[in-house]
Amino acid sequence: MSLALLFVQILNGLQLGVLLFLIAAGLTLVFGVMDFINLAHGVQYMLGAYLAVAFYTLAGNFFFALVLALATTLAFGLALEFLVFRRLYGRDHLDHVMATFGIILFLNHGVKLAWGAAPLSLPIPDLLSGSVVLMDGLLYPVWRLVIIGSGLAVAAGLYGLVNYTRIGMLVRAGATNAPLVSALGVDIRRLFMIVFGFGAMLAGFAGIMIAPILSVEPGMGDTILILAFVVIVIGGIGSIRGAFLAALIIGLVDTLGRSFAVDILRLFMGPSPARTVGPALASMLIYVLMAIVLYWRPAGLFPVKGR
Amino acid sequence: MATGAGSLRPSAKPAVSAARIRAAADKSGIVVPGLIFGVLAGLPVAALLVPEGYLLDLATRIMIFSIAAVALDLVVGYGALVSFGHAAFIGLGAYAVGILAAHGIGETLVSLPLALAVSMLFAYLTGLVSLRTRGVYFIMITLAFGQMAFFTASSLAPYGGDDGLTIAARNTLLGFALFKYPRALYYVALACLIGTFFLCRAIVGSRFGRVLRGARENPTRMATLGFEVYRFQLAAYVISGGLCGLAGFLLANAADFVSPAYMSWQRSGELIIMVLLGGIGTLYGAIIGTASYLLIEELLSGLTEYWKVIFGPMLVLVVVFGRGGLVGLLARVRWRRRHG
Repeated sequence: MSLALLFVQILNGLQLGVLLFLIAAGLTLVFGVMDFINLAHGVQYMLGAYLAVAFYTLAGNFFFALVLALATTLAFGLALEFLVFRRLYGRDHLDHVMATFGIILFLNHGVKLAWGAAPLSLPIPDLLSGSVVLMDGLLYPVWRLVIIGSGLAVAAGLYGLVNYTRIGMLVRAGATNAPLVSALGVDIRRLFMIVFGFGAMLAGFAGIMIAPILSVEPGMGDTILILAFVVIVIGGIGSIRGAFLAALIIGLVDTLGRSFAVDILRLFMGPSPARTVGPALASMLIYVLMAIVLYWRPAGLFPVKGR
Repeated sequence: MATGAGSLRPSAKPAVSAARIRAAADKSGIVVPGLIFGVLAGLPVAALLVPEGYLLDLATRIMIFSIAAVALDLVVGYGALVSFGHAAFIGLGAYAVGILAAHGIGETLVSLPLALAVSMLFAYLTGLVSLRTRGVYFIMITLAFGQMAFFTASSLAPYGGDDGLTIAARNTLLGFALFKYPRALYYVALACLIGTFFLCRAIVGSRFGRVLRGARENPTRMATLGFEVYRFQLAAYVISGGLCGLAGFLLANAADFVSPAYMSWQRSGELIIMVLLGGIGTLYGAIIGTASYLLIEELLSGLTEYWKVIFGPMLVLVVVFGRGGLVGLLARVRWRRRHG
C-alpha cells in the first residue's frame, strides 16, 4: 500500500464522489421540493451518455455533442415532467415508485432497441486525453481531473444559485414548505418544472462526462441510481449541502474500501478468507454506513427543517 | 330548475374514495379469493390437456410469487411499511435450501424450518433498525439491507458466488421425493398460498391487525392509546419475512437453482409493482397483481424481445388512470353500475 497508490485511489474516490453529487443534486431537490420519488433519475444519466455518443457520431466533436446532449436531456426531462410526473404530485409515494419503475423499463429497453445491447464507447477529446505527472511515480489521466474539476465547479455554481438568487430562495423555501410557498403567490408548478428539468440536465451531464471512461450500456443508470439514493438519504433529503458531503464520503468510502479491503483484512485473517470476504465487505460498506447513519440520525446528517 | 339539477348531477357522484374501494374490497374479500383458489385447484386437471410442464410451471411460479406478494401486502398495505428489500427474504429462503442441498441434505423437515428461521431472523434484526425510521427513509434503509444480503450472496464463492448454485436434487419429505413431481409441487404451493392468504387475513382481522392498521393511519394516536406501535410493526415485519422465506423455499425447489439475482433490488421493485398492480391493502389483490404481472410478462415476451418497451408505459398508464390497481378498477366499475 504505497503512498502513490493511496493518492490515486483518493482521487478516484473524489471523481466518483462528484459524479454522484451531480446525480444526487437533482434527485434531492426533486425529492425535497416536490416530495416525489423519481426512480427514473438514473436512466436520465444513461440517456445523457447515449445521447453524447449519438451526437458525437453525428458531429465528430465532443464539445458540440456535449451541448446538444445537454439540451436534449433538459428537453427530455421537461417532457417527462409535463407528460407524466405532474399528474402524480401529491399522490402516494408508491404511485411514484410504480410509474417511474415503468419509465426505467421503457428507457432501459428503448435504448437497446435504438442503439443495440452491445456497450458503446466515446473517445476522450484529444485536447484532454493523456496523463499528467502529479508527483513522483504518479501519473493521472487528465480526463478524470476534468471530471473532478467540472463537478466541483457545478457544485460551487449550485451553491451560489441556491443561496444567492431569487429562484434559489424559492427552491429552498419549497423544500421546507411547498404549500406555504404556493399560498404566497409563487407559481409552484413552474418552479417544479424548472427544478425537474434542471435536475434531469445535471444527471445527463454526469452521464456525458463519464461516457469516455465507462462503457455506455443499458442499465448503467440502475447501479448509480441506488448509490445516489444512498447519498441523499445520508445527506438528508432536500439538502444540497448534505448531498455534496455525503457524495464525497460515499465516493471515497466505496473506492478506498474496494481497493484496500483485502489488504486490511489480511492483517486479521489468512489471505484466502480475506480474498473471499474482502470484496463482499467492500460492496457492502456504504450500505452499512447508511444503516449506521440512519440509526443515529433517522433523517440524515443535514435534515431540512420543517419536514 | 331542471337544468340546474342536471348540472348538479356530476357533483352528486363523488369520485370513488380509497375508503370505498377498501369497503368494496372487503365485501368481495371472500368471493374473489374463493374463485381464484377454485381455478388454481382445477388447473392441473386442465393442464393434462396441454403439453406437459409449461402451463403448470408458470402457474406454480405465479403462486410462489403470490405468497411473497401477499406477505408484502401485509406490511405495505396494512402497516404502511414500504419495504424495498423483500426480495432478500425470498433469497435467504432459497439459499437455505441450496446450501443444505450442496451438503447433501435434502430433507424438507430440515430445510423448511431453516429457511423460515433464517428469513425471520434477518427480518427481526433488520426490522429492529429499519423501524426506527419513517416514510422514505424506511424505503431506503430496507433497500440497504436488501443490498447487503445481495452482496453477501454474491460473495459466497463456495456456493457459486455471482453465478448461483444449481440444486442437484429437489427436497424430499421423510425420504419421499415429493417435489420431484410437478403436480405435487403445484399442490404444495397452492396449499401454502391458501395458508398464507388465510393466515394474513386472520392477522389483519385480529386485534393485532387493528393496531397495525391504526398505526398506519395515525401512529401517534395509537401510541397515545398505550400501544407500543414499534413492537407490533416488528412482529408484522418478521411474519412477512418468514412467509417470503417460505416462498423462497418453494422457488428453490421449483427452479432447481438459486442465485444472488433473486435478491436484487429490481426483484424487490417487481414485488412492490405486483402488489400495486393488483390493489394494495386487499391481500387477494396481491395474487391478482402477481398473476397479471407474470402473465403479461409471458405474453409480451413471446411477442417481442423488447417487451418491456410496451410494459413500462402500461405501468405508467395504470398509475395515472387506475388508482387502487386492478381491484380498485373492479370496485369502481361495480360501484358505477349500482349507482348509475
